[in-house]
Amino acid sequence: MTEARFETHEHDVLIIGAGGAGLRAAIEASAANVSVGLVCKSLLGKAHTVMAEGGVAAALGNVEPRDNWKVHFRDTMKGGRFLNQWRMAQLHAMEAPDRVKELEGWGALFDRTPDGKILQRNFGGHKYPRLAHVGDRTGLEMIRTLQQHGIHLGMSVYMECTVSRLLVEGGRVVGAFGYWRETGRFVVFKAKSVVLATGGIGRIFKINSNSWECTGDGQALAYLAGAELMDMEFMQFHPTGMVWPPSVRGTLITEGVRGEGGTLRNKDQKRFMFDYILELYAKETAKTEEEADRWLAGDRSAGRTPDLLPRDVVARAIHAEVKAGRGSPHGGVFLDIFTRRSAADIKRKLPAMYHQFKELGDVDITREPMEVGPTGHYTMGGVRVDPDTQETCVKGLFAAGECAAGLHGSNRLGGNSLSDLLVFGRIAGEHAARAAKGAPAPAVDDGAIEAASREALAPFAREEGQNPFALHEDLKDQMQKYVGIIRVKEDLEEGLRHLERLKDLAGKVKVEGPRHYNAAWHQALDLRNMLLVSEAMARAALHRKESRGAHTREDFPEQDKGHWSKVNLVLRKKPGAEGEGEMDLAEVPLPEYPADIKAVLDEG
Amino acid sequence: MAATATFRIYRGDASGGEFVEYSTETYPGMVVLDAVHDIQAKQAPDLAVRWNCKAGRCGSCGAEVNGKPRLLCMTRVDKFPAGEPITVTPMRAFPHLRDLVTDVSWNFKVAKKIPPLKPIPPESDGAWRMQQYDIDRIQEFRKCIECFLCQDVCHVVRDHDRKEEFVGPRFLIHLATLDMHPLDTLDRRPMLREAFGVGYCNITRCCTEVCPEHITITDNAIIPLKERVADDFYDPLQWLWRKVTGSKGRRRLPVVKA
Ligand SMILES: Cc1cc2nc3c(=O)[nH]c(=O)nc-3n(C[C@H](O)[C@H](O)[C@H](O)COP(=O)(O)OP(=O)(O)OC[C@H]3O[C@@H](n4cnc5c(N)ncnc54)[C@H](O)[C@@H]3O)c2cc1C
Ligand code: SF4
Ligand code: SF4
Ligand code: FES
Repeated sequence: MTEARFETHEHDVLIIGAGGAGLRAAIEASAANVSVGLVCKSLLGKAHTVMAEGGVAAALGNVEPRDNWKVHFRDTMKGGRFLNQWRMAQLHAMEAPDRVKELEGWGALFDRTPDGKILQRNFGGHKYPRLAHVGDRTGLEMIRTLQQHGIHLGMSVYMECTVSRLLVEGGRVVGAFGYWRETGRFVVFKAKSVVLATGGIGRIFKINSNSWECTGDGQALAYLAGAELMDMEFMQFHPTGMVWPPSVRGTLITEGVRGEGGTLRNKDQKRFMFDYILELYAKETAKTEEEADRWLAGDRSAGRTPDLLPRDVVARAIHAEVKAGRGSPHGGVFLDIFTRRSAADIKRKLPAMYHQFKELGDVDITREPMEVGPTGHYTMGGVRVDPDTQETCVKGLFAAGECAAGLHGSNRLGGNSLSDLLVFGRIAGEHAARAAKGAPAPAVDDGAIEAASREALAPFAREEGQNPFALHEDLKDQMQKYVGIIRVKEDLEEGLRHLERLKDLAGKVKVEGPRHYNAAWHQALDLRNMLLVSEAMARAALHRKESRGAHTREDFPEQDKGHWSKVNLVLRKKPGAEGEGEMDLAEVPLPEYPADIKAVLDEG
Repeated sequence: MAATATFRIYRGDASGGEFVEYSTETYPGMVVLDAVHDIQAKQAPDLAVRWNCKAGRCGSCGAEVNGKPRLLCMTRVDKFPAGEPITVTPMRAFPHLRDLVTDVSWNFKVAKKIPPLKPIPPESDGAWRMQQYDIDRIQEFRKCIECFLCQDVCHVVRDHDRKEEFVGPRFLIHLATLDMHPLDTLDRRPMLREAFGVGYCNITRCCTEVCPEHITITDNAIIPLKERVADDFYDPLQWLWRKVTGSKGRRRLPVVKA
């Protein structure tokens, strides 16, 4: 009866999210001859992946023949301060080259080396030039390629459709419930397996580089369905976001600027990064400006420039410079490329950056420095999955891409996300298709659908209440202030108190107007997810009493060599709890390294 | 007192609509999308607008500002004369859904009709070799963010609604990309003329003018396509030569800079 009331679609595999991870999963599942549905909140090709700039990391060895998967693996583990799931880091490093190469068979055109191969550029924390790229629009090339290949494989695409609940029966996922943005009407998807590929959570911070879609939906949907979240304390603040004018505060400036030779300076024109070289990276990093310049000029015997240390290090350094009063006029630091590259080079290799600053910032980067500061960018945390299959602890539920956890540990290296999407998107698609083949026909429960529909409509029913936009602003302010780049116990506790207050208010949000394309309603429904991931982040951050990677505790400034180096933090809904339930937090020991992996790590 | 600007925004849906005036505070660097968001947050919570990146990357926020197709997120408020209201309307060439949002699904249907790349086999390492100068021009085309502003402005679509017979400039550049692709082996020329309607374009260059990615759509993509159809389509010798050599008879064409 209920089913007749709601538009219903049935697929073997339902993929939620059409960024790089979702599209790659859909391509793989389609190739396995199962019926595939692909759902996304925006139009196809507009997912956040489209914004990726600098490149995709893969040890192709085209520019530096000494590069191979072992070096990439080591760099990734080191960047994550060894909190990564080693097996994911291994699969990622081994498979990324094939995943990048196959894209060219589907139409991608990366920039070339003189001998006609895919060109690779330097990036933070990558020992060798490793990022395949197309100027500064790599994400666009990737998503368009996957899209143009995928649409001919027979998958059904549901665009501008938002999933608000997963449907679970007897510990197995059986589908999803959502609404069409265009009409506001509900839709039910029945599926034998479901892949979450919903991306990040950046919209919980006031200053961020993310699109409106990044509201932690996949993490929240998984949590509510009984899956686990892991590493939620690790939020990457990208060191170089725009700081001026206010309209573009937080908008990303690709690390590719530094990859192409750009240098960071404080207001005294000092290249301050030399003061912040982490012990772990001391050996390979230049000691003097002269040495760094030689490295930038291609001298392989010189140490790397400290401007390309991993993101957490650079972000903290900028934060410290600004705090010490050595910042730029609008509270950032300077990044210049014009002293290093000709105007023609800049326009060719960094056209989007040139354009972005000229049009939006009134700055000509071929003649002037940029002003930059940290911006909320990427979450290393997410849904906990099995490294070999990407399956969660809920049967038939998979997760891949930014919404999954494990590959990056406590800090992601630039370029390792796009490769993550390709490698684990493929694996998730393959295993979701396999799982669907052995699964029973999905039986969805009318009661669960009715409950999801009531939940979604509640904001319309209220006589009076909160403005959802104001509430979102409030949340972003509190997260920025109390759970931001530098953390301390008292702040985190204060942040959690605010989250309690906001959760209460979110239950009283009211929206008006018709249901079709109603922005306030969509915002109201996103709040539940943002609050949930915010709480998970604050709780995990409070629990981890050390500083590691992207998680910096003022009250525990050292990276611990003991206990905290051996555990990941896992959060889940208290078993049996109703609704959102209470959050359970557990310390889970890191998997041990097998001998061959240990040997690879020791080589470095 | 903070400066303000007035916006006349078209509100309504397929059943009808009207202009509503809002005034909102301005600040340095403000773009029209910021203004729309501020109005949404404080005055009209259900105001419908499409956007994603707010950095000119995704092509979601196409609309018309004072009648000109533009990305709302790349259109600075301070570029307009102070004191005069700024008019914001949805793209005109597509069916209206609500407020600033239109139904652009036609574009996705067209995309599906175009046969994808069919590459030559890779070398033994699974990769292909290409020279930078061989891909320079099509890399220009691949900058397309699918904002559909060119589709919106092209009179064949906008005024004559030839959506069945003509794919529009966005997809002509995609076809040009495939045609000039060093790895591709498929000949789409017969379709170009019939299914894709390249002949409808009469080179007004309006598409090139509005393209936010500054792609020289007409001169670098459409004119070469037209020439190839005209030159080769009914030339049986050319056709035979291509069959024998496997070549698509490609010539390197001069690149016109915007
Ligand atoms: C400005 C910028 C530049 C970057 N540059 C790089 C780079 O150079 N190299 C690199 O490796 N990484 C880069 N990153 C990071 C990288 O782009 C992202 O981590 C990655 O694209 C995420 O991909 P994804 O497939 O996991 O998710 P996304 O691309 O975010 O896609 C998420 C998808 O899920 C859908 N979705 C979400 N919620 C729902 C729901 N409830 N119902 C239905 N659908 C839903 C969305 O509509 C979307 O289709 C950059 C990030 C930013 C912000
Ligand atoms: S040049 Fe051709 S495609 Fe472009 S707007 Fe004019 S008629 Fe349309
Ligand atoms: S060609 Fe230019 S105007 Fe047309 S859709 Fe692409 S980016 Fe937009
Ligand atoms: S919002 Fe992405 S182009 Fe304007």
